[in-house]
Amino acid sequence: MGDVLIKVRGLKNQFGPNVIHEGLDLDIHRGEVLGIVGGSGTGKSVLLRSIVGLQKPVAGSITVFGVDLRTAPRAEMARVENRWGVMFQDGALFSSLTVRENVEAPMRERTGLDAETRRALADLKIAMVGLPPKARTLYPSELSGGMRKRAGLARALALDPEILFLDEPTAGLDPIGASDFDVLIRNLQQSLGLTVFLVTHDLDTLHATCDRIAVLAERKVLVTGTIRELMRVDHPWVRSYFHGPRAHAAMLAAEG
Amino acid sequence: MTVAETAGQAAALAGPLTIETLSDARRRIADAAQTGVLDLSQVQALDTAGAWALVSAQRQAVAAGRELRLANLSDAQRQLIETVTAAFPEPEPKRREIPGRPGDGLANLGQDVARGLSTALQGLAFLGEVVAHLAALVLHPTRLRLTPLFHHMQEAGWNAVPIVALMGFLIGIVLAFQGATQLEQFGAEVYVVDLVAIAILRELGILLTAIIVAGRSASAFTAAIGSMKMREEIDAMRVLGIDPIDRLVLPRVLALVILLPALGFIASIAGLVGGGLMAWIDLGITPGMFRTRLLADTDVSHAIIGLVKAPFFAIIIGVIGCHQGMQVSGNAESLGSHTSRSVVQAIFLVIVTDALFSIFFAVWGL
Repeated sequence: MGDVLIKVRGLKNQFGPNVIHEGLDLDIHRGEVLGIVGGSGTGKSVLLRSIVGLQKPVAGSITVFGVDLRTAPRAEMARVENRWGVMFQDGALFSSLTVRENVEAPMRERTGLDAETRRALADLKIAMVGLPPKARTLYPSELSGGMRKRAGLARALALDPEILFLDEPTAGLDPIGASDFDVLIRNLQQSLGLTVFLVTHDLDTLHATCDRIAVLAERKVLVTGTIRELMRVDHPWVRSYFHGPRAHAAMLAAEG
Repeated sequence: MTVAETAGQAAALAGPLTIETLSDARRRIADAAQTGVLDLSQVQALDTAGAWALVSAQRQAVAAGRELRLANLSDAQRQLIETVTAAFPEPEPKRREIPGRPGDGLANLGQDVARGLSTALQGLAFLGEVVAHLAALVLHPTRLRLTPLFHHMQEAGWNAVPIVALMGFLIGIVLAFQGATQLEQFGAEVYVVDLVAIAILRELGILLTAIIVAGRSASAFTAAIGSMKMREEIDAMRVLGIDPIDRLVLPRVLALVILLPALGFIASIAGLVGGGLMAWIDLGITPGMFRTRLLADTDVSHAIIGLVKAPFFAIIIGVIGCHQGMQVSGNAESLGSHTSRSVVQAIFLVIVTDALFSIFFAVWGL
C-alpha cells in the first residue's frame, strides 16, 4: 500500500441541529481507487465537498499531500488544488463555453501555456475520455448525459491531477454507458497513475473499479476493506447492501 | 546541463516533463531529438502533457523523414505514452475563411428585422393566451389560486411601497423646485401647485412607478420562471396536467393589475407631499394654501387619467416578464439575457403606451 495522500481525522459536519458526520476518520493511499458507499443522506457528497474545501467542517482535520487544509495559506492551497481534479455529478460544465473551452478553462487560469498548446492538450484530454472530435466545439446543452459526464471528466483531468474526485460518475447512465465509464476510469487510473476517490451507489462500479471500499454509516466511516472483506462484516446495513439481490447480480457479472 | 550526450546516438533527458514545465520540456526535447534516440531513464516526472510533447516530437520527426525512438522507459511511462499516442488529436483542417460579401450587411439587417417581428408576434400570441386564460377565469373564478396571488401581491406590490413612495416624494420636490425657479421670473409662483399636481397626477406618478415596478418585478418574474424552465419544472407541470399559465403567469399578472394602481396612487400622494413641502420652504406657500389651490384648480380627471393607465402598464410588465421567462432555454447565459431583455422591453413598451395614451386623451380633449 502506497503512502497516505489524504488523511481525515475527527471530521464533524453539521447543518443546524442535523449532525452529518462525527468523529469521521479516513485514509486514502497513493494509487488506489477508493469507493465511498452509504445510504442516501449519510453524507457521501458532503465528505467529498469537505475534502475539496467546498464545505467547512465544524471540527476535525483534513490533510492532503501533507498540507493541513484548515491552516494552509492561500498560495499553498492553490498548489494543492492544482494537484486534484473534481468531477461533479452532472459534469457541472460551464454552460456558456464549448467542451474544449471548458477543458481549457483550468489551464487558462492556472498555467502560462500558449493558446495553441492549450488547445492541443484540451483536444488530447477530450480524446482520452472517449469523446469524438466533433464534441470539441459543442456546448454542454447539446451533449447527452453520458457525454456531459465524459466532458466533466476531461475537465477534471485538465491539469494532470494526482487525485481525482468523482461524484456518482455512473448515475443516470444506461448500463452499457455505465460499464464503459467504469472501464474508462480504470484505464485512466492505471495509465495516468491516479488516486481516485469515488462516491457511488453503483455496485457494478464497485466491483469493476474499486481497490478498497469505505462504508459511511452512523455518521462515520463504519468499515473499510475490499468487497470480499466487507461481505463478511456483520452490520445490518452493510449486510443488506452487499448481500441484496442487486449485489449478487453485480458479483456474478464481475466474476462471469 | 539537462541534455547529456551518452555513448552512441542516445540523448538522455533529465528533469520533469510535466504541464508546469511544458515549454521548457519541449525545448529540451527538441534539443535532444537531433540524436534520434531519447533516453527517459532520468525523467522523474512524466504526465500527459509531457507525453504529448514527446509524441508530437516523434510525429514531427516522422513528418521530416527522420526517426525518433524512446529508450529506457519504465512500465508506467510506456503505458502513459501508449495512451497518449492512441488519443493523439489529429490537427483540424484549417477552416476556410469566408470573406464578407457586399450583401451581408443587408442580409443581417433583414434577419434582425425578421427576428424582431417574430419576437413581437410570439409576445402577442402569449398575451392572447394570457387573456384567454383570464376570460376562462372569469367563467370559473374558483380556479384562481389565492395563495400565490397574495404572495405575489406582497412581493411585487407591498414590498415596493417604500421605494415607490420615496421616488414620488423626491420627484415632487424636484418639480416644485424647478417650477418655482422658472415661474418666479414672471411672478406666477402660485401656479407651481398646478404644475406639480397635473404633472404628477396625470403622468409622472404612474409612469415612474411603472418603470420602477418593471425593473423590480419583470426581472424577478423572468428569473423565477426562467430557472424553473431550466430545471424542467415547467415541463413537469405540463405532464402533471397543471397549466403553467394558470399557476405561474396569472397570479403574477393579476397581482400587478390589482396593485399597480395602488402603487401609482401612493407615489402620486407622496409626490404632492414633496411638492407641497418644497413650495412651503422655497416660496412660502403654506400647506393650507396648497390644499385650497389644489382642490380648486386641479380637476379630478387628471388623477383618474393617471390611474386608468395603471392596469395597462401592469399587464405589459407582467406579460413581458413571464413571456421572457418562458423563452429561457438551456444555459445560464440565456437566463441572463432574457432577464435583461424583459426589463428593457417592459420599460420601452410602458413608455410607448404612455405616449399613445397622451395622444388619445389629447384627441378626445380630456
